[in-house]
Amino acid sequence: MSGPSSYVPKLGIAKWLDARLPLPRLMYDSFIAYPVPRNLNYFWTFGGILMLMLVSQILTGVILAMHYTPHATLAFTSVEGIMRDVEYGWLMRYMHANGASMFFIAVYIHIFRGLYYGSYKAPREVLWILGVIIFLLMMATAFMGYVLPWGQMSFWGATVITNLFSAFPIVGETIVTFLWGGYSVDNPTLTRFFSLHFLLPFMIFGVVILHVWALHVTGQNNPTGVEVKAVAKDTIPFTPYATIKDAFALVLFFAFFAYFLFFIPNYLGHADNYIPANPAVTPAHIVPEWYFLPFYAILRAVPDKLGGVLLMFAAIAVLVVLPWLDTSRVRSMSYRPLARQCFWAFAVTCVMLGWLGSRPAEGIYVTLSQLFTALYFAYFLIALPLLGLFETPKKLPGSIAESVLGKMKGGSGAVVGAAAPAEPNTKG
Amino acid sequence: MAEAKSSPASEPTRRDMLFLATGAMGAAGVIALAVPFVRTLAPNAQTIAAGAPIEVDLTPIPEGQGIKLFWRGKLIFVRSRTKAEIEEAQKVNLASLPDPQADSARVKPGKENWLVIYGSCTHLGCIPGGSAAGEVRGDYNGWFCPCHGSHYDTSGRIRKGPAPTNLPVPPYAFLSDTKIRIG
Repeated sequence: MSGPSSYVPKLGIAKWLDARLPLPRLMYDSFIAYPVPRNLNYFWTFGGILMLMLVSQILTGVILAMHYTPHATLAFTSVEGIMRDVEYGWLMRYMHANGASMFFIAVYIHIFRGLYYGSYKAPREVLWILGVIIFLLMMATAFMGYVLPWGQMSFWGATVITNLFSAFPIVGETIVTFLWGGYSVDNPTLTRFFSLHFLLPFMIFGVVILHVWALHVTGQNNPTGVEVKAVAKDTIPFTPYATIKDAFALVLFFAFFAYFLFFIPNYLGHADNYIPANPAVTPAHIVPEWYFLPFYAILRAVPDKLGGVLLMFAAIAVLVVLPWLDTSRVRSMSYRPLARQCFWAFAVTCVMLGWLGSRPAEGIYVTLSQLFTALYFAYFLIALPLLGLFETPKKLPGSIAESVLGKMKGGSGAVVGAAAPAEPNTKG
Repeated sequence: MAEAKSSPASEPTRRDMLFLATGAMGAAGVIALAVPFVRTLAPNAQTIAAGAPIEVDLTPIPEGQGIKLFWRGKLIFVRSRTKAEIEEAQKVNLASLPDPQADSARVKPGKENWLVIYGSCTHLGCIPGGSAAGEVRGDYNGWFCPCHGSHYDTSGRIRKGPAPTNLPVPPYAFLSDTKIRIG
């Protein structure tokens, strides 16, 4: 995609370094000269936003770790100490806690962007799977981070989630004992979660580098889903075009972040987590953080413990095989009238599952959870495999340039589209 | 190498020998090292020592009520059951239970009024309510888990909800009529 390097070092020292470690060349080719499709919309800015969120989480996290004490009897007090005694400690903690939510808002938009525009399809399967791995690592990191303040929700969240592993036959109990380092969630559990919570973000960083590498091999997808055909016509250089667009979106996103941070910093949390952990009292209503709710609803939809656990993991595992489940040769849902409706039904399904995950597990909520769990899997296992075989897609534009410039000429894309020679529209 | 290629059935070289020997040694070393790394995650000596058996005096528990206590960081319910509760537990049709177990298998003979069970829901480990007066006891007059709605009966057996098994009975023995040792 990026083609031969166009980097020409000018300064003597740049030439000297280029012959020894061509890092400036890599940066120039990746973030300045790199060709991006000229029709990218604002949904393509979330990759950059996510990168900044990861940096923000690591920076605030390293500061918090300087003031935090990982011990069952001291953790809660040390977090309160950060809030009250450390200068700007409240800012660091609220940035970190709300930052986690912002990170997930951005990653969910990023994932749904990929689902809508078919970014998971060939040749971007590895890119997509690396993204799923990052998502899994993010979930593990967020879960273990939430345990660290050692409040009631921390403790009982840890108890519920670690007990998931006891559902596995024979080895289940041993796994749980080794997760806990004891016979229940206690100090050894807290210290190992702290250690892993510090490690995992750097593993995420490593996989992000692979994710960007894979992206730069295949090139970006775009709203038409039509591959770049002529680099000169279909693309524009990353800098300044994509750089300034990413920066503008980033500022808007951080304004949104700042609203939560400065006006409603506890809106996304739970009041119960300001009560120190008490192993003798379960909060009346245990709910995970909002970003886990859809998966929590799937877990509770199944009346069988092992079945619920397996289905919850399957809800994520199905994303890994998605590139091979979608049989359509057309990437973008913009050109797939039926699949687009299914996509929006799927989006509503995910929101409904999230809402159901926050409800108590009784009565109509259980039935609805089962219904929407079935719909969730139906999208991947029934709708996408079959639609590709039966659906008649709309006519694709001949190229990215045509889709953009056709619209600009008097707003009628059909004229240019019809005049263009009949080329094969997709590469498969 | 060119020579080796021209005669594929040639004798193993010293390099082949080194490859096999170092490879086997390396693999054995990795496995041997993995054991201590994983073992560090197991409960440590302090945790195990703190899990020694404990004695519990039953005299302060009035009939129809229960206490909660901790052993090995796990909550244990000790309930003094009323006549009605014992009868209710004994007359249940076992075939109708999700995890069939007779009440007699869950108490000590002659001490049917004492029920000693772990107090963590077998679903995902929440604490079911119903031990203290005023807590919701669920549809079967035993315990009710508020997290995901599991109902337990007066023998601590699962009757309704997502929990897969009955609340387990910890190892314990009567030292006298009013004293038990757990562990």
